[in-house]
Amino acid sequence: MKKFWHATVDAFETFLRVPGTVTLKGAHVRDAIDLKRIMIIAVISVVPAAIFGMWNVGYQHSLAIGDSSLAILANFWYGFLKVLPLYVVAYGVGLFIEFFSAGIRGEEVNEGYLMSGMLIPLIVPVNVPLWMLAVAVAFSVIFVKELFGGTGMNIWNPALVTRAFLFFSYPSSMSGSQCWISLKAGEEVVDGFTGATPLALDGASAQYGTGIWDYIIGIIPGSVGETSVIAILLGAAILIWTGVASWKIMLSSVAGALFVGGLANLGGVGIPFWEHLILGGFAFGTVFMATDPVTSAQTECGKWIYGFLVGAICVTVRLFNPGYAEGMMLAILLGNTFAPIIDHCVVGRAIARRNKAALKTA
Amino acid sequence: MSKNIVLKRGLDIPIEGSAELRLSKTITPDIVAIQPTDFKGFSPRLLVKEGDKVLCGSPVMSDKKNADILLASPVSGTVKEIVRGAKRKLLAVLVQPDAKQENLAAKVGRIEALTPEQIKETILRSGLWPFIVQRPYGIVADPAVQPKAIFVSAFATAPLAASPEFTLGDRIADIQAGINALAALTEGGVHLGLNADNYAGTPFHKLENAIIHTFKGRHPAGNVGVQISHICPILKGTTVWTISLYGLAAIGRYFNKGVYDVRRKIAVAGPMAIQPAYAETLPGAPMSSLAAWYGGNAEGLRIISGDVLSGKAVGPDGYLGFFDDTVTILKEGTDTELFGWAKPVRWGQFSTDHSYFSWLTPWRKYAMDTNLHGGPRAFVMNDAYYSKVLPMDIFPIYLVKACLAGDIDKMEKFGIYEVLPEDLALCEFIDPSKNHIQDMIAQGIDLMLKEMA
Repeated sequence: MKKFWHATVDAFETFLRVPGTVTLKGAHVRDAIDLKRIMIIAVISVVPAAIFGMWNVGYQHSLAIGDSSLAILANFWYGFLKVLPLYVVAYGVGLFIEFFSAGIRGEEVNEGYLMSGMLIPLIVPVNVPLWMLAVAVAFSVIFVKELFGGTGMNIWNPALVTRAFLFFSYPSSMSGSQCWISLKAGEEVVDGFTGATPLALDGASAQYGTGIWDYIIGIIPGSVGETSVIAILLGAAILIWTGVASWKIMLSSVAGALFVGGLANLGGVGIPFWEHLILGGFAFGTVFMATDPVTSAQTECGKWIYGFLVGAICVTVRLFNPGYAEGMMLAILLGNTFAPIIDHCVVGRAIARRNKAALKTA
Repeated sequence: MSKNIVLKRGLDIPIEGSAELRLSKTITPDIVAIQPTDFKGFSPRLLVKEGDKVLCGSPVMSDKKNADILLASPVSGTVKEIVRGAKRKLLAVLVQPDAKQENLAAKVGRIEALTPEQIKETILRSGLWPFIVQRPYGIVADPAVQPKAIFVSAFATAPLAASPEFTLGDRIADIQAGINALAALTEGGVHLGLNADNYAGTPFHKLENAIIHTFKGRHPAGNVGVQISHICPILKGTTVWTISLYGLAAIGRYFNKGVYDVRRKIAVAGPMAIQPAYAETLPGAPMSSLAAWYGGNAEGLRIISGDVLSGKAVGPDGYLGFFDDTVTILKEGTDTELFGWAKPVRWGQFSTDHSYFSWLTPWRKYAMDTNLHGGPRAFVMNDAYYSKVLPMDIFPIYLVKACLAGDIDKMEKFGIYEVLPEDLALCEFIDPSKNHIQDMIAQGIDLMLKEMA
């Protein structure tokens, strides 16, 4: 029992201060970097998107009831109160399971869930019932992460699996035009307002205020954190500057999306190809989810292929699957699934090339 | 044939306390340890007992698998103690030197007049054979195998490593003789790796009878394993030998003068070393003979025979390793740091990761200690994160995971023949998950040795 609690105590202790643990084997000095630092950078990079998302929840609410003033603080406060419970549930349920399994395994608590928990409330509709979120988080953390051995061992991104679980189990709460707009009891949507996302409307929204700049700034309905391309790019800048996430994956994902979107445009299908980049969850998924170092491709060459695949599949689903307006979640999960195979091929080719070169010099 | 090889990947760890290029002390140790544990793959059979008289160069141990391979005493004196550990494992033979040193008389012919077999016999008889290390696996070379080639690195890039120009620049004649002797033992020639940045400044570029390669890059460019992988990668079934410059100098002197002489200049360095400089001493000399550098009291200090990446923490009661020419003195990092990882800037800490800012001040040096800076985790960052400090054509984390899984096929595929733990030491240094990567590789190599035997 004492051992069980050790993980929890240790987690809080090492959270507050770097312990005086010394190296026992191998290199006597070590780099100051640890996973806590990497994770906190990743979490910080999501903060702009989270803050904007909270404001946008309020703003969309105001729009829905016929008030189009920006009212920064009031809208933020409204959204904050709506999103806070999502965070409480996502972190509460997820961290409880993390601490519990670390206790069972007798290992230190891994920081990986700090990032997953930061992302989960941002990729769900604001109206998702809390009990559903709790069930989804529990499923994802237990079956996709802990059963595989915890952070670093999982095959799929746990935050995305949470969303996928909700998406397939409770479709009525995850799409349509009601789930994205939070309303207080008794409030009525004004005439002419639709809460459907621009993607679901094929880009041709009748709603006022949905131009290109609205997409880029993010004042459109959507999952909490996914709407603002500007806020996401701020996060991308932090991730790329610190090297925490791979710019290669981001770039090749954009290339993949543009490639398929462009092909479709040539055939006269779909919205202008570049609009795919600023609509829906593409930007958010590309920057924060596809780049997860555990579930993305491991090798440099593999990252290019993996990213391209994610971008291309996302747009393919958007364009050619009438059932799903958005394809980013499935594209990344499919990319996660294929990442080991991509790496296997890349590594195999590299080894074959090396052996050939070595035989030549021999 | 000479070519310049540029290695883009690598890292020079900016640690304080590099040794000033001056010889500050010549040490005559009052006890010398001959430690069979310095030699991988050597199973010792004792040839002496306590109280025996030995001369400088007298054999004290032989290898159980090959009685021709000998370890010799570097001094003349009396065997004072035979140190054994758990399960009576032989740890060291301690020899107390006499006031007057005597050499074992040896008759050595001129190298040009000897056949390769005679050269081999001479080196074996001298007790200097264990200087020759076989790759793969980094074990004492098997005299029965003819190596494809012999590799020597003539520069050091490890943190705070001794400068070969300073320590061996005056022994060119011995090194040349060593090269001449070893060149007769292989058809592939002796390959010498030089630092491209200091090519003209080093006396070693004048050495003859060797194939010279120049390397430009940061650590581990000076590791002979990295150099081999760029000259001719080791494939399954091939064997190459490596030897240090010290080894060449000692073998050369044996041929030139007929004496066993392994005296060397070592760098005593590190952030906690008082006036870091060079000392002349013998391998097997006790660390206590270096007390002046750590102020006599080693409490709270880590004394390492070797460099900070791959050296062995021997403490004040330990001895200088046979292959080591550096002693590093560090502070034990037992202090806790409040909010360490959460501080935006950690001024005193070095990190290659851009989530700290020390990469913006590349000129700074750091008083590093032995703190782990985190806790053990599973591998989270991907292979590419680690390979940026490994200038070899291998995938480090794939190799490490194959070693962990004990999968011989995969280990072969991912290049276990090419590496020794020291080559992946930097991967261990930068690992945010704080895994024992060198230890994992060593386990893999041990498994290969067991399975392939």
